[in-house]
Amino acid sequence: MIAADTIRLPIPLIFSATLFSAGVYGVLARRNAVLVLMSVELMLNAVNVNLVAFSAHLKDKLFTGQIFALFVITVAAAEVGIGLAIVILIYRNREMINVDEVNLLKW
Amino acid sequence: MTSTEVVFVVLSAVGSIGAFRLVTSKNVVHAALYLVLTLSMVGAAYLVLAAGFLAWVQVLIYVGAIVVLLLFSLMLTKAPIGREALDNQQRGWAALVGAGVLAGLVFLIQNAFGSAPRIQIQPATTSEVGASVFANFVLPFEVVSVLLLAALVGAVVIARRDERP
Repeated sequence: MIAADTIRLPIPLIFSATLFSAGVYGVLARRNAVLVLMSVELMLNAVNVNLVAFSAHLKDKLFTGQIFALFVITVAAAEVGIGLAIVILIYRNREMINVDEVNLLKW
Repeated sequence: MTSTEVVFVVLSAVGSIGAFRLVTSKNVVHAALYLVLTLSMVGAAYLVLAAGFLAWVQVLIYVGAIVVLLLFSLMLTKAPIGREALDNQQRGWAALVGAGVLAGLVFLIQNAFGSAPRIQIQPATTSEVGASVFANFVLPFEVVSVLLLAALVGAVVIARRDERP
């Protein structure tokens, strides 16, 4: 008899893999900078799901996975803040935020 | 399948559909709202995995702050509608890479963890997590706070309008 509060490890991992591949597709296929940032957030969330799942899987007494996920969330907030500041700056200078047209520094 | 697994599978199906619609939507505001759906489902997945504190942090920081920030920047920039305006020409290759990543990851997960023992979900209370942060992870915590301060100052400096003549 299987206890009710158990879960097979691959289920959260596959959820995380789905989110991650959606994020990869978004980063590669989108040209609006804000949508690219949203896809990056999706990938970071996938990593967090993995961290929490493995923290539960390894029965960690220190909750290392959960605390690492907290740090990832914090760094993601910082990254979005800086990224959107850059997006606003580009929009102010170029009147568009398409990442494939921002090529001033490209040879 | 246990009831926990059923709940988790439903949550992850909704979250995955939200993620898929997020990267394929033709309207940027709809994409932001699908992001809200996906992030909420990730938060609910944390709840199912008994990480309650993390779930509420997810709701507060992601759904509360980051999505609002994204919506504000959509409001401040032009938000065109349509596939040609939002996607570039390499959609086919991108879909190929995304599907390849998904297939590879699912294969590896089944290979490596297909026969792993079931997770016994044990609740992690907020006080336990907090005690662990301030007993074992004080240095990374402080480093992250300094990083946040630096990012805050940097964002203000970058986005500020230059007042010099």
